[in-house]
Amino acid sequence: MNKFSWYEATSIEDALQQVNKTVSEELYQSTNNAAVFKSGGIDVFDWVKEGLINPQKIINIRNIPGLDVISYDAKDGLRIGSNVTLAEMASNSDIKNHYLALHQAINHAATPQLRNMSTLGGNIAQRNRCWYFRSADHQCFRKSGDRCFARHSETGENENHAIIDNGSCVSLHASSISTALMAFNASVVIVNSKGEKKKVLMDDFFVSAGQDIAMETILQAKEIITEIVLPAPSKNTKSYYIKQVARESYDWSLGDVAVVIETSGDTCKSASIVLGAAAPVPYRSVQAQQAMEKKSINNTNAMAAAEAAMSVARPLSKNGYKVPLFKSIISEAILKIT
Amino acid sequence: MDTRKEKFPYGIPGHNLSEIEREIPIEEPPVWPINDKLKIIGKRVNRIDAVDKVTGKAKYTSDMKLPGMLYAKMLRSKVPHAAIKSIDISEAKSLAGVHAIYLIENTQKEGEEKNNGKFPMVKYVGQPLGGVAADSLEIAKDAISLIKVNYEEKPFVIDLEAAMEMDAPIVFDVPITRQADGGDVGEVHDGSKGQGNVRGPSTSSFFGGPRGDLEQGFNEADIIVEKTYRTQVQTHMPLETHGVVVDWRPDMMMVYASTQNTNAVRNEMASIFGLPKSKVRVVCDFMGGGFGAKHSAGSFGPMAANLSKKTGRPVWLMMDRQEEHIAEGNRPNSIQYLKIGAKKNGTLTAIQQRSHGTAGVGLGAGVGRIAQVLYPCPNFATEQYDVLTNAGPGAAWRAPGNVQGAFGLEQAIDEMAEKLNMDPLKYRDLIDKSEVRKIERQRGAKLFNWSRRQPAGSGKGLVKKGLGVGQSTWPRFVTLDSSVEVKIHNDGGVEIRSSVQDIGTGTKTILAQVVAEELGLQVNDITVNIGDTFFPVGPGSGGSVVTGSITPPTRNAAFEAKTALLKLVAKKWETDSSELFIENGQVGSKKDANLKMPFKEATKLMRTSQISKIASRSDDYGGFQQPWGLAYGDLGSVQFAEVSVNTDTGFVKVDKIVAAHSCGRPLNIGQLESQINGGVIQGISYALYENRIMDTGTGHMMNANVDQYKVPYSMEIPEIETLIVEEYSALSSTDAYGIGEPANIATAAAVANAVYNAIGVRLHEIPITPSSILKALNKVS
Repeated sequence: MNKFSWYEATSIEDALQQVNKTVSEELYQSTNNAAVFKSGGIDVFDWVKEGLINPQKIINIRNIPGLDVISYDAKDGLRIGSNVTLAEMASNSDIKNHYLALHQAINHAATPQLRNMSTLGGNIAQRNRCWYFRSADHQCFRKSGDRCFARHSETGENENHAIIDNGSCVSLHASSISTALMAFNASVVIVNSKGEKKKVLMDDFFVSAGQDIAMETILQAKEIITEIVLPAPSKNTKSYYIKQVARESYDWSLGDVAVVIETSGDTCKSASIVLGAAAPVPYRSVQAQQAMEKKSINNTNAMAAAEAAMSVARPLSKNGYKVPLFKSIISEAILKIT
Repeated sequence: MDTRKEKFPYGIPGHNLSEIEREIPIEEPPVWPINDKLKIIGKRVNRIDAVDKVTGKAKYTSDMKLPGMLYAKMLRSKVPHAAIKSIDISEAKSLAGVHAIYLIENTQKEGEEKNNGKFPMVKYVGQPLGGVAADSLEIAKDAISLIKVNYEEKPFVIDLEAAMEMDAPIVFDVPITRQADGGDVGEVHDGSKGQGNVRGPSTSSFFGGPRGDLEQGFNEADIIVEKTYRTQVQTHMPLETHGVVVDWRPDMMMVYASTQNTNAVRNEMASIFGLPKSKVRVVCDFMGGGFGAKHSAGSFGPMAANLSKKTGRPVWLMMDRQEEHIAEGNRPNSIQYLKIGAKKNGTLTAIQQRSHGTAGVGLGAGVGRIAQVLYPCPNFATEQYDVLTNAGPGAAWRAPGNVQGAFGLEQAIDEMAEKLNMDPLKYRDLIDKSEVRKIERQRGAKLFNWSRRQPAGSGKGLVKKGLGVGQSTWPRFVTLDSSVEVKIHNDGGVEIRSSVQDIGTGTKTILAQVVAEELGLQVNDITVNIGDTFFPVGPGSGGSVVTGSITPPTRNAAFEAKTALLKLVAKKWETDSSELFIENGQVGSKKDANLKMPFKEATKLMRTSQISKIASRSDDYGGFQQPWGLAYGDLGSVQFAEVSVNTDTGFVKVDKIVAAHSCGRPLNIGQLESQINGGVIQGISYALYENRIMDTGTGHMMNANVDQYKVPYSMEIPEIETLIVEEYSALSSTDAYGIGEPANIATAAAVANAVYNAIGVRLHEIPITPSSILKALNKVS
């Protein structure tokens, strides 16, 4: 592990002054002079330890004041500072009372130890968990290599990989919390070094592999996430989240789904349905949403929505099981909204 | 040899307990009654090192810090098959803080192709090529990354079935003899026979070869079960990885090793470096798990010694988690073909077994003796083939071979029961002649409430419950080269010394219990100094031999020391020592209740500062099945599993296990339960989670970490109820045996049988995952 210097950022301006690269840029094309952000440190230090990035400087943004606040307002909704830990979110009663699916997603993320360390900003900006991408011995497209190892129909070990939008990259976005955030139409607030602030819908925050193979989000080097904001749910909005794993104590998602439905009696007025561990970025299933709109919430309609969601699935050689698995959890999550 | 006759308890209390007369060596202690009548043996005694372990006071090999110590890291191959053209160490050598670089040179050993190069041929990703010693581990790692290895790559093969093809790349084109580290106890695999990558078969074990006539047996059969079962490669993943600290001083080589066999490591290091055994000292105070893979000095032992020799300083060399997965051992996979014939009444007429498995570049991928010995069947034959592949070598893994073999056989027996329209438990009553397993089935079924079991796949709803059972047998092995010293010091202290190590199962504690029981003292009056080759040679912790090998001589040595001490007291009291006894720390007399002397005071009568007695394992009373130490009887077990299977998501949860076991005379109930729990958890892990995933295109293991190589955590561990059946066989002064391996054999089969009972479709392959369940249910298009 190469030596690096440690910089303790005291303000957003200070941090943006120091930084010159995103971790993604370094992973794609490594330089000798990168200065990168570290918040909880969970993801960035993994890359450093694997020898896949060798930053010269680590800028600790974890202690920048003002980024660790959760606030809720019945009219404006929820604001979560980017340095808020997952553990803090898990114990927040506003999230539990008004954004149940998010609360459920947080409680199924990682382990209690990791939730104590991880920050929300880092969680949504982390890179995918494809074991080829994370292996120093496999130069894949995402690391400016010439192939996708996982996609290979004979040798690819792709049991855990994407079934939707799995073209040039078949990885899965690692943040299952993002599944729920996107379902609640959350936005990411980003500040750049000029002091400009923008608010980007989660749907537009993530970048597909086809758009840019080097990136998974729109974040640029001279930008920082300051908070994530969720609109206030209407009185008749209900939500549910399911993460299916092979191992309950701690496991990456085999498939997860967040359903947010505005109801009118037992009818679905509008639905927001997002799938995790289905595609390289959190995947909004427009097909499932449309299938549910103006329909009553019952078994037949929930199954039809799940079928619609999976109509776009194109499994790889070893992950065909994810299709029935998703059908099961999508319909189950919809039926929990009653 | 002078002998005397004694009457021993014999059989199973609550079932058929009787007495048997044995002729025993005259110097051995009198018979112990059954556990009910003993004070310390057979009770729940806390581990003597429990507090040290949970408070972090216990120092493991990786904790060792010696003055001037250097940290080392291994250089490992990045490609699966290659000749090495050159290795450039110039940059690494000039890195500040690097003290020595040692490259493994080509010695043209057996098992290597014609190779005129300077370096050995590379046969798998992770093969050790050299090592670096530096001021810190970080510097050593940096130095390794600066070494440039120039490979001439060759075609390779990773997949078991691909390697069996006639046109597969050849891993070794010469005969090989390299056995899996630790291997299967008593088995030697033949790597000279066979074609291409397929070597063998081995067709016999120490229980003999084929029996009867298979063809005739199948002709006599009314019903045939013919199936192929598959098991995966499982890596050991002990919490403490492999490694050593070697301090090669001018007068002696000191080795601190994370090992389950201090004596074997000592002998190996002495042999490699041409040193007398007396000049090599191996110490293992605490072990962070071995599970069979830590019997030898490995490649890291000689590497650390060479680096220590080069630098004149102690060298620390522990594996990291990736190295542990790819190069320090695994349980080979298997493809097992089984054909079983039975008459309409259930009587077995023939069992045929053929297996292929790969231990990577090593031999030892058999499926054990379960099919040969679990059920008596007049016609039996097995062919077990080793298939060589370009992957890390296998190593012994908790009941080597037999865990794989039990997964196949115990499912096939279930399938036979189904065809016979018999309850699987009743069917085993019919074909299993073991008395102890009969009792285990009876008591286990009651505890588990087996009678609630429903026909396969008959449950309603999405989540289906299933119940299953699996059985196992494990031989009673004894290592005859097992010695121990018991010392009584003249300050009242008592000390036990042996090279035997405590692999973590509680060996230290049971030795203290045995001596405390014999000397009429308390467990914490006894100091246990073991795991050091400066003491008498004890057994390796493998084959579940330790308890059966070392507790009898421990008791015998304590008895001899006690006898010597009581003689001194008898002289003072002017009486005969045979009238004296020690109870609750007091010497007393059977004849005169007024005569009393505290143990500590009695030790002051000694002329020298200690009484020291060394005893070695004597032959079993009544002899052995095989003179090298295969005892009569077996260690039988029956395990019951209850599972829930979600038929929509494929999620499987083990809800409950009842594990019924026997190990002769139980010594410490708490520790036995701990070991059984551990075996069951590893069995569940094998059935549902663990799997070495290799990319067959690159030869790399993709999940060589703790994140993606799945083992169970708290929520995956079900309720485990243990049921220990006392069984007295009158074979030694303690009549006790181990439980390590038996605890792990039947679990995966029991879980698989329960999954079948739940969903009505049988999975012939592990691990059982959401993917395999959904496929079995025809839900994957």
